[in-house]
Amino acid sequence: MEFTEKHVLGLKDLLYRMSDDLLILGHRNSEWTGLGPILEEDIAFSSMAQDKIGQSLALYQILQELGENEPDVVAFMRNAEAFHSCKMVELPIGEYDFSLVRHFYFDHQSAIRMDMLKDTVVEPLQMVARKFRGEIKYHTMHADTWMKILGAGSAKGKERMQKAILENAGLALGMFELSDYEVELSESGIFAGEQALKSTWIETVSQKLESFGFNVPDWDTVTPVYGGRKGEHTADLQPLLDEMTEVFRIDPAAEW
Amino acid sequence: MVSVDSIKSILENVMDPEIPTISIVDLGIVTDIQVSPEEEIFVELTPTFSGCPALKVMEELVLEAIRNAGIDKVKVETSFRKQWNTNMISEKGRQALLKHGLAPPEKHDGYIELDVLSDVACPLCGSRNTTMQSPFGPTLCRSIHYCKNCSNAFESFKPVT
Repeated sequence: MEFTEKHVLGLKDLLYRMSDDLLILGHRNSEWTGLGPILEEDIAFSSMAQDKIGQSLALYQILQELGENEPDVVAFMRNAEAFHSCKMVELPIGEYDFSLVRHFYFDHQSAIRMDMLKDTVVEPLQMVARKFRGEIKYHTMHADTWMKILGAGSAKGKERMQKAILENAGLALGMFELSDYEVELSESGIFAGEQALKSTWIETVSQKLESFGFNVPDWDTVTPVYGGRKGEHTADLQPLLDEMTEVFRIDPAAEW
Repeated sequence: MVSVDSIKSILENVMDPEIPTISIVDLGIVTDIQVSPEEEIFVELTPTFSGCPALKVMEELVLEAIRNAGIDKVKVETSFRKQWNTNMISEKGRQALLKHGLAPPEKHDGYIELDVLSDVACPLCGSRNTTMQSPFGPTLCRSIHYCKNCSNAFESFKPVT
């Protein structure tokens, strides 16, 4: 079908959600470099950061083909209110329990989203979704491995994980804040929508949490933390952007 | 006379900057070669991983190798059109990985489960009595393993669908 202006706006919003989430969480993950509790974890979070930032670049390139600015400008020269990322990804890394639970929640969302996009009518998006699926598999595998180990580990570890699982449920649901273009996205075959994504995600993570021995959040009573997709962010995003772009702003034309 | 085959044989001597025993052709990342009637060359590469930092270097290596053969009109592009997976590594490429001390990825049929990574054959002694330490290694494409037979740590080129 012929895309109207609203279809294109919806597609751009979808691409910005995905790419901004990946860029911001990629940078947060990279903050574990040198600080991971064991060397393998240090490497794991650093590698996942690298994957995510690489993925965000591929999505920003699609946005550029749709008439947006070039990727470096989009990544480094927007203020917080122009970002479509959800609030969960911008929060500081905190303790390892938080970072692991965020990783588990986010990457299952990412895996399911790419699965839904592997046959989208938008060809460049279809190609990257298929590409990312293979990469994300290792992210969800890593998250599941640690959730399982900690679910079967010491009482203290399990208690901390359980607390993080429940406390961050609302932030996780914030990933699925509806777009203004849900109808256009689904009727055109671009994307089946945030609601469908959320249902599959709840089913997936609930089943996994249960199998790892954790109590599952009562999703129906959890209040989602919305706002991020519409440019409302916590006080933590702008300082992250400032730090991320510090060198770029000193000399935007520098050759690397 | 420039042909697709002659360009391919030039690229067979362009090595992966991170694994110098394997050529980019054997790695499977050269997804298209075209020669126009005016002898303009087009080469398409596809990344192993989206975040692979070696990709820009590889584009430059391809340009340089073809220009060194006396061909000036060359265009190199990176694309996700044909997505790379580890089954695209040639048999020669798998041997080249082994030569570099890396366990080649297991062949897959589109699905990869954790088990595929848990008993990778040790590149040093050949034993399958091994265990995966981490799915993430020194580069995005490698995982870290331990061989319980010869007591060595080793890296594997991890299977990707």
